[in-house]
Amino acid sequence: MQWETVIGLEVHVQLSTQSKIFSGSRNAFGAEPNTQASLIDLGMPGVLPVLNQDAVHKAIKFGLGINAEIAPRSVFARKNYFYPDLPKGYQISQYELPIVGKGFVDITLEDGTVKRIGVTRAHLEEDAGKSLHEDFHGQSGIDLNRAGTPLLEIVSEPDMRSAEEAVAYLKAIHSIIRYLDISDGNMAEGSMRCDCNVSVRLKGEEKFGTRREVKNVNSFRFVEKAINVEAQWQIDELESGRKIQQCTVLYDSAKNETRAMRSKEEANDYRYFPDPDLLPVEITENMINTMRATLPELPAQKIERFMGELELSEYDARVLAADRAVADYFEQVVKESGAKPKQAANWVSGDLLGALNKNDLSIEQSPVSAAQLAGLIKRIVDNTISGKIAKQVFEELWSNGGTADSIIESKGLKQETDTGAIEAIVDQVIASSPDQVAQYLAADEIKRKKLIGYFVGQIMKLSKGKANPQLVNDILAKKLI
Amino acid sequence: MHDKTLNGLADALATRQVSSVELTRHFLDRIKRFDPQLNSFITVTEAQALEQAAAADTARAAGKAGRLTGVPIAHKDIFCTTGVKTSCGSKMLDNFIAPYNATVVEKMNSAGLVMLGKTNMDEFAMGSSNESSFYGPVKNPWNTAYVPGGSSGGSAAAVAARLAPAATGTDTGGSIRQPASLSGITGLKPTYGRVSRWGMIAFASSLDQAGPMAQTAEDAALLLNVMAGFDERDSTSTNIEVPDYTATLNNSLEGLRIGLPKEFFGAGLDAGVEKCVQDAIREYEKLGAKIVEISLPNTHLSIPAYYVIAPAEASSNLSRFDGVRFGYRCKSPDNLEDLYKRSRGEGFGDEVKRRILIGTYALSAGYYDAYYLKAQKVRRLIKNDFDAAFAKVDVIMGPTAPHAGFKLGEKAANPVSMYLSDIYTISVNMAGLPGLSLPAGRADGLPVGLQIIGNYFDEARLLNVAHRYQQVTDWHTQLPAAFA
Repeated sequence: MQWETVIGLEVHVQLSTQSKIFSGSRNAFGAEPNTQASLIDLGMPGVLPVLNQDAVHKAIKFGLGINAEIAPRSVFARKNYFYPDLPKGYQISQYELPIVGKGFVDITLEDGTVKRIGVTRAHLEEDAGKSLHEDFHGQSGIDLNRAGTPLLEIVSEPDMRSAEEAVAYLKAIHSIIRYLDISDGNMAEGSMRCDCNVSVRLKGEEKFGTRREVKNVNSFRFVEKAINVEAQWQIDELESGRKIQQCTVLYDSAKNETRAMRSKEEANDYRYFPDPDLLPVEITENMINTMRATLPELPAQKIERFMGELELSEYDARVLAADRAVADYFEQVVKESGAKPKQAANWVSGDLLGALNKNDLSIEQSPVSAAQLAGLIKRIVDNTISGKIAKQVFEELWSNGGTADSIIESKGLKQETDTGAIEAIVDQVIASSPDQVAQYLAADEIKRKKLIGYFVGQIMKLSKGKANPQLVNDILAKKLI
Repeated sequence: MHDKTLNGLADALATRQVSSVELTRHFLDRIKRFDPQLNSFITVTEAQALEQAAAADTARAAGKAGRLTGVPIAHKDIFCTTGVKTSCGSKMLDNFIAPYNATVVEKMNSAGLVMLGKTNMDEFAMGSSNESSFYGPVKNPWNTAYVPGGSSGGSAAAVAARLAPAATGTDTGGSIRQPASLSGITGLKPTYGRVSRWGMIAFASSLDQAGPMAQTAEDAALLLNVMAGFDERDSTSTNIEVPDYTATLNNSLEGLRIGLPKEFFGAGLDAGVEKCVQDAIREYEKLGAKIVEISLPNTHLSIPAYYVIAPAEASSNLSRFDGVRFGYRCKSPDNLEDLYKRSRGEGFGDEVKRRILIGTYALSAGYYDAYYLKAQKVRRLIKNDFDAAFAKVDVIMGPTAPHAGFKLGEKAANPVSMYLSDIYTISVNMAGLPGLSLPAGRADGLPVGLQIIGNYFDEARLLNVAHRYQQVTDWHTQLPAAFA
């Protein structure tokens, strides 16, 4: 039987506002428990929420970033349930009237085709606190620092058909929120969390299968694994003649398996109703236009420009535009080095990103700044050093810092461009290699191209790599006749 | 001194006939002497009151006194007061010392008023007789076998017996006006959004509004001057200018159009009450007002709709009382669910539980449209009724309650008959309008209130209309003999 997986994602993004969504408490990760919890966050009797306008602005930006409708009027609702880390006994969220309506995100599949993934809606809500189960010996601790952190919940259509597509979509969302600077998108710290709705059906079937929701998956890799393992589980169940029960499941990354948490029957009745403490959010066309004017160039536009204006390959353009910081880095390198974009792209996507990946560093943590890398590439462009020497300089920059110029100077790596000096070395090599010379002279054009490598290699060795390769080639060509 | 109004006491302080400390002592002594009969206070903050009074006297000596500096007042125990128990009349909050002041309290403090203590109330403001309080019922000073009304019954009784010259109250469905009526004082529920709800423990957020409970309309005006105003901490408070409510008290009523809704004078209205109201209307005619018969055809829907919306909001507002962070926690819970169940089961009284159950039911999946949504539509119809009426009249008048006081225990076993006590007041909350009750006679020896309903933010006119009546009548000056 041919099965098809159907996936829809609910992505929770913590918005990087200064203060919380309904209180003036600081909104930052990692503080001592309950040091960023005010009367409002504690749900004290008599307190009232006041909406943080910056959270609204960030939601509007996101909506514009995914080509969505922005609701002229959206309403906060209370989602009622009891949990110790939910201080008020309800979460303020949006239900019937979310701030962001239908939109879409384009993803590129492995074969290069572009697929459009629908976004059903995105709404604002407050995060809950955290229950701490360790260290309290039979009791639980509650940290309300996170309570009231602004969240944007982004709900996709069930448009994805594989774990790879789901990850591509998630990465596209990640890229957009980073470009818009509305969240740091840090999945490890929970700034971006993902629930995956997974179902399977026979290929060709129109009706969706019963879905199960994999809760709170916290990395791209786990999203991929969780979906695959869940889909396989469902296929096995169906093939064994059993039925899928709608429920919420947890992904256990250690065992690489999903386990049911609660069934639909046990699910809460959240008793949503409009929050009477908050006014509806009214958004004017004017406000939308003002926000639109502040939007940066988004990934899709940037890729297009990189391919058009900068003549990069689609692959390079995608790699460099995926992260706004990487793209900015790349553009600074191009500008400051005067190199061809393709050359700069090779350095950034190859040497730099390779080294960063190897050391598990983000672009922000790069030991080599864009200015430093540009300084290095500049010296390749003006023939001060060869590409090969440049790799050496890059390693030095990476490990010990400094500037390309100071490293070239102190290590004497400057390229030899004195024709006389190179001629002397060429003569020396020719004189000490009579056999190779004879062989070369006897060879045809095609073989000569191979044999010349020997001479270049010897010359480079003698010049400690500093001889200008172009000059070496020119001189050799003249002498080996 | 206690026979003086708030305004009179302000004069006495200004002319140094009395100091704030003397005045405060006088009322504290009265509370000590008389409150055992009334049970109108949950907490008396004697030491703090005397400190505030001394500070007020110092401020006055330094020439820094405002109009109400040094005047004592009592706050309903629904307003959070820093460092003072704020119980909301519930076992659930018997151990709750508020860590902050409500905006109303903060404003009163800034104006130099001296807090005598916190007044008794129906538990979480749910009740019309003050019998649902964890601290026991409050008695009506006019006859202690009778209820003072509720939920602001403690404030009403304390002012009626002059244990405090004035007090604050809150009104969700009539909780200022109905006890004002039953206890023979003047109480004003302002327009929704006129007074900040910050620090006022929520019952039904879309209906709750704080207001003054006083002897006279003039006193209420003085207090509203202090209480009213936009508060950035309350998104539902309205940012429009606060007039000086005392400036227009004496405006002429010549040509005032008074609407009498026929629905307020039908079956269920006590004859004695109706007579008082008709007599009052005649006084207004003498003052130059014109009577217009009007109709508020959806009045009969106000109670059923209210008893969906208010409990629905309450069921959610009261979820925070879960035994986890503050308030009552049951002894040695077995697990989380047990903690919730027993803390809430033991901490809340019957009326509160009844409303939580009603509200939870009304919001449940599958019932929401039939109850909550339908009730919101009714609410809109009620508002439309008033809008149409105010196109024709300046104020609406009628009884505040269908009866004068009732006996303790009389309606306690029958919630629906209790709910009907608010039949004339609830629609005003549903529409968000301001409403005032002032003493307008007696029925069987018990006070009867006249209700005056105004258009949005027309509190100045309500106070003016009430004040002119009080210039030609003396119901408001009468004090129950036992508390003279």
